[in-house]
Amino acid sequence: MTDKGIGARTLRKEDRRFITGKGRYVDDIRMQGQAYAVFVRSPHAHARIGAIGKDAVLGMPGVLGVFTGADVQADGLGSNVCGWNVVSKDGSGMNMAPYPLLCTDKARYVGDRVAMVVAETLDQARDAADALEVDYEPLPAVVDVAKAQDGPVIHDGIAGNLIYDWELGDKAATEAAFQKAAHVTRIELVNNRLAPNALEPRAALGHFDPGTEQHTLYVTSQNPHVHRLVMSAFIGIAPEHKLRVVAPDVGGGFGSKIFIYGEECLVLWASRKLDGVPVKWTADRTEAFLSDAHGRDHVSKAELAIDADGDFLALRVNTKANLGAYMSTFSSCVPTYLYATLLAGQYKTPAIYADVQAYYTNTSPVDAYRGAGRPEASFLIETIVGQAARELGRDPAELRRQNFIPKDAFPYQTPVALTYDTGDYAATLDRALDLSDYKGFEARKRESASRGKLRGIGLSCYIEACGIAPSAVVGSLGAGVGLWESGKVRFSHTGKVQVLTGTHSHGQGHETSFSQLIASKLGVPFEDVEVIHGDTEKTPVGMGTYGSRSLAVGGEAIARSCDKIVAKGRKIAAHLLEAAEADIEFKDGQFTVKGTDRAKSIGEVAFAAYVPHNYPEGVEPGLEEGAFFDPPNFTYPAGTYVCELEVDPDTGTTEILRFVAVDDFGNVVNPMIVEGQVHGGLMQGIGQALLEGAVYDQSGQLVSATYMDYAMPRAWDVPFFEVETGQGTPAQANSLGVKGCGEAGAIGAPAAVINALTDAIGVRVEMPATPEKVWHAIQATRHAQAAE
Amino acid sequence: MTHVSLKVNGREVSRDVEPRTLLVELLRRDLNLTGTHVGCDTSQCGCCVVHVDGVGTKSCTMLAVQADGKAITTIEGLAAVAEADGRAEDGLHPVQAAFRQHHGLQCGFCTPGMIMSAADLLSRNADPTEHEVREWLEGNLCRCTGYHNIVKAIMAAGATMRGAATPRAAE
Ligand code: FES
Ligand code: FES
Repeated sequence: MTDKGIGARTLRKEDRRFITGKGRYVDDIRMQGQAYAVFVRSPHAHARIGAIGKDAVLGMPGVLGVFTGADVQADGLGSNVCGWNVVSKDGSGMNMAPYPLLCTDKARYVGDRVAMVVAETLDQARDAADALEVDYEPLPAVVDVAKAQDGPVIHDGIAGNLIYDWELGDKAATEAAFQKAAHVTRIELVNNRLAPNALEPRAALGHFDPGTEQHTLYVTSQNPHVHRLVMSAFIGIAPEHKLRVVAPDVGGGFGSKIFIYGEECLVLWASRKLDGVPVKWTADRTEAFLSDAHGRDHVSKAELAIDADGDFLALRVNTKANLGAYMSTFSSCVPTYLYATLLAGQYKTPAIYADVQAYYTNTSPVDAYRGAGRPEASFLIETIVGQAARELGRDPAELRRQNFIPKDAFPYQTPVALTYDTGDYAATLDRALDLSDYKGFEARKRESASRGKLRGIGLSCYIEACGIAPSAVVGSLGAGVGLWESGKVRFSHTGKVQVLTGTHSHGQGHETSFSQLIASKLGVPFEDVEVIHGDTEKTPVGMGTYGSRSLAVGGEAIARSCDKIVAKGRKIAAHLLEAAEADIEFKDGQFTVKGTDRAKSIGEVAFAAYVPHNYPEGVEPGLEEGAFFDPPNFTYPAGTYVCELEVDPDTGTTEILRFVAVDDFGNVVNPMIVEGQVHGGLMQGIGQALLEGAVYDQSGQLVSATYMDYAMPRAWDVPFFEVETGQGTPAQANSLGVKGCGEAGAIGAPAAVINALTDAIGVRVEMPATPEKVWHAIQATRHAQAAE
Repeated sequence: MTHVSLKVNGREVSRDVEPRTLLVELLRRDLNLTGTHVGCDTSQCGCCVVHVDGVGTKSCTMLAVQADGKAITTIEGLAAVAEADGRAEDGLHPVQAAFRQHHGLQCGFCTPGMIMSAADLLSRNADPTEHEVREWLEGNLCRCTGYHNIVKAIMAAGATMRGAATPRAAE
């Protein structure tokens, strides 16, 4: 057996190209004669668009074309769409307004695309875009979700800017439980708007071949087949069989590259309009801030009913979600099915009711960002539970433990639709308390106090639902697509293996993990496996990478392909070994006649399959098998995070001293990669808690649209993390027992940080808890105490 | 157009460029050295770090004409520098090798700039503390790794480069 298979800390095979500068990202691709697109974007948050001075610009040096919304309309291109219909309480469908590729009547947020200029060089395109005169009639704007209802109407006919008013759970049972409560903890909180900030800005290179009429798009995508589907079926750029979408190396996504944006549709369309001149666009960072879909942006009220013993009786939540100016690809499901369904957390709270209103505002569209709905749910639960513990004078760890779903209660049906398959929440809690020396905290707090510092410790016991699918379930909830995944395993004559997957790797290391899977399942050397992804012309149709689904759904499709390979190989080996098929065993790459040393390697079997001179009757030549996997359930990673920090009351600065993360991801294929995923997620969660905020002023200008203004986490903001992903409870929804690990850190971290900060300073500060806010909070408490 | 002559990864090159051309544009567009990346427009992210006469420099913040007469090393040329010093392993500079060994990269987009910046640090201070590494990385953003394994990789590379058996322990 190979030492690089499942469970090994195998070094990544993709690394060499990245560390030597040989990665190939979209902007690195250059086609002969390519032209450059630059977008003219609205400087106003809300404005009627008048005349556009196209003609003056068309004569400028190098300019090949200037395109406006009218041109797009004239060509009959459709509108972008949101693919998940969320139905309101009253049974009506969501109010989805058109999302044009280029504005027609109005611009609805700062950065909205008003025109596209294409020129021979990038400098010429920039100059021409700068010179394009657009008449705007500014209109009043609304940016805050809390004010959206009373704001100016953003889309004609959608009163109160309301997209839907949705609910989940048993309202009557919840109200009844509140009647019996001995104590009710109430909380109001903001889940701050974030900009995803993959370091590679979005980019697209479109090419139309006038001879074959084939359209090719190179694009920063997490799901090239979904791009192809939407661009074909809804926008009408090209029929699906004439459209190839390639997502080569992609520099991070975190959700922002799931979505279908106007820019990539337009460069491909422009290439056709320009008779096959390839057209490239690459966002600059400010464009990315303005036009990438943002994440989060909730305002919530929650109440937790607790009985005299400290048992949770019921949870009631109202959330207002800001979806921005248009409904992005999956935006509607984020504050609903990916959020309220998780409000049980790790607890056996018997009654839960949530209602969610989603609104349009004059801001960038909001959609899934690392965790997508689950961080908002986890933050809400873990914050209210933390506050309840403080109000009741209970140890927050013990109050949680008392309310955990016990390990023998699985499968467990929550009151908010999900069935958790497995888990052992007390185990991850205990381990995290141990690792963080929770018991020794008081002594450390005194030591900090002796230096004039305020020390705090905070817990977060998160849960998430990953491996998004099953198709029938998501379909019944309004999803417009299936959420299965495809895989294919292809042997060559010489015994080398190609793995084709519908998922896409943009940092997750699939080339390594999937090769490990093959090494273990088929006994082929890790080095002899090539993983192919990201090209609709090479891989079977797949749904892509998001929701921590690649291994739990895509990996299982590969595992099942391997099983089919072995089943066929057994027939071939039986023939070659002149034995009965039932007597053939497969292990470590060898087909052996039971109880003998007579064997054929899988390489020999592959050769025989391609050179079938001596071959079983009725068996097709070739050794290539595929599978589509539609899981029976989500997977449910869970764990406990402990943050310990120190606040300087004189400056309000927070220093994270320790961060312990114990996760149950079920089985783990590559612990090194999994830990890396957790590190990155934690950093984003800590960033949300302490640093990051996508902030609009009241006129709708994005004031945090550069790295000078948006506080990205830097290396000095954190210590080394202490991460453990040891023995988990294997997931039931796939044969690998894996759960997914990409989002956990971002889901669990914010509440751990904020609970620790609250513990340190005595009051809760809204995220991002900047030094200024923390300092003011400390001053306010001091004044209040002095006044007493 | 202005004429510039410079040495890039040991090769003499000369080009006519518009005065507004940035060094990074010259590298990526004219010389097809696409390992140097652009992640921002405010000189913050460090994806574009190269060595100019041996010193780590953000190539998005330097005009091509300012590089006239200088020697530039990009990520594509870093291993050759280590080869010349006799420090390369498996065709890699020790910092490159350490990033791979310690999983100091995920999507790889920040990686060239991180590695070039780290190599610059280690050429000035072969034995940096964790704190010094974190401070040094002020000008390099990574959205994927949480910096954890990047800091580890840089400390480990320092140990390799100074021939120490084990890297300095975390503080
Ligand atoms: S591109 Fe040079 S610092 Fe960001
Ligand atoms: S590895 Fe992706 S930004 Fe650093």
